Amino acid sequence: MATQDEIFQKVRSTLVDALNVDDDEVSMQARLRGDLNAESIDFLDIVFRLEKQFGVKIPREELFPESIFQGDAEFVTDGKVNATGLVELQKQMPYADLTEFRKDPRLEKMEDLFTVELIVKYLEGKLAAQGAA
Amino acid sequence: MRWTWIDRFTAFASGQSATAVKCLSLAEDHFEDHFPGYPVMPASLILEGLAQTGGILVGEVNRFEKNVVLAKMSARFDRDALAGEQLVYSVQMVDIGETGARVSGQVHSGGERIAEAEIMFGHVPAEMMPPGTPDSKFVFSGSLTQLLRQAESATLPAENG
Repeated sequence: MATQDEIFQKVRSTLVDALNVDDDEVSMQARLRGDLNAESIDFLDIVFRLEKQFGVKIPREELFPESIFQGDAEFVTDGKVNATGLVELQKQMPYADLTEFRKDPRLEKMEDLFTVELIVKYLEGKLAAQGAA
Repeated sequence: MRWTWIDRFTAFASGQSATAVKCLSLAEDHFEDHFPGYPVMPASLILEGLAQTGGILVGEVNRFEKNVVLAKMSARFDRDALAGEQLVYSVQMVDIGETGARVSGQVHSGGERIAEAEIMFGHVPAEMMPPGTPDSKFVFSGSLTQLLRQAESATLPAENG
């Protein structure tokens, strides 16, 4: 069973390759878009590389549910994710830490949830489930 | 509009590698402007040819049932390619899965390397296509089908080496 640090090291090397960034830029807290300048297409690339690196299947939109609330009035009110939306978000991204996002749940802030730590936690869960299967 | 930037396949090993050639003719329209008196093949069109070679290698793995869309590419050029040269596009499959595929490719002319690139393709399901896309398998239709037949014939064992 891989430790969190082992997973992090592998995720880091994946991101260094995919995003052309330096090792030291990839911290647990780094945001993929805000800090590492990832573009939409990079998310596909990252998922693809992680699948290979970790030998897991990552269904579309599971790790990075980018289009989750687009234009959905049930979950978004005045450009902000509402209470129903927050419940749904936590359900879809159980490995995400929503503490900060809850304070300022503007839709455009959602991309800040996509951090290196999010990937590491997601993979931890994925690998544990795989090991248990 | 014809948008086929390879002339034919010369080798095709399913799921592994493919080689195609492209002869650069001074009669091609783009040489008129790029550049007058110095006919350089635009780098983007060289990469398009390389991507088409790789895209067909990737598409063939799933018998062209999935749309294969160019997602990301990093390339490096060694020199210009001029009218009159024959470019040889070689691609090797690095990795292929549900999400997409990655190939590595090189462009040579007369044994000399012109460029190399790593290309990532995405497998794009029909529901992710822009509205109005007529055919869920639009990528491998039209003029590319001709190349597909060539690719298939190139898989036959070469009798004369």
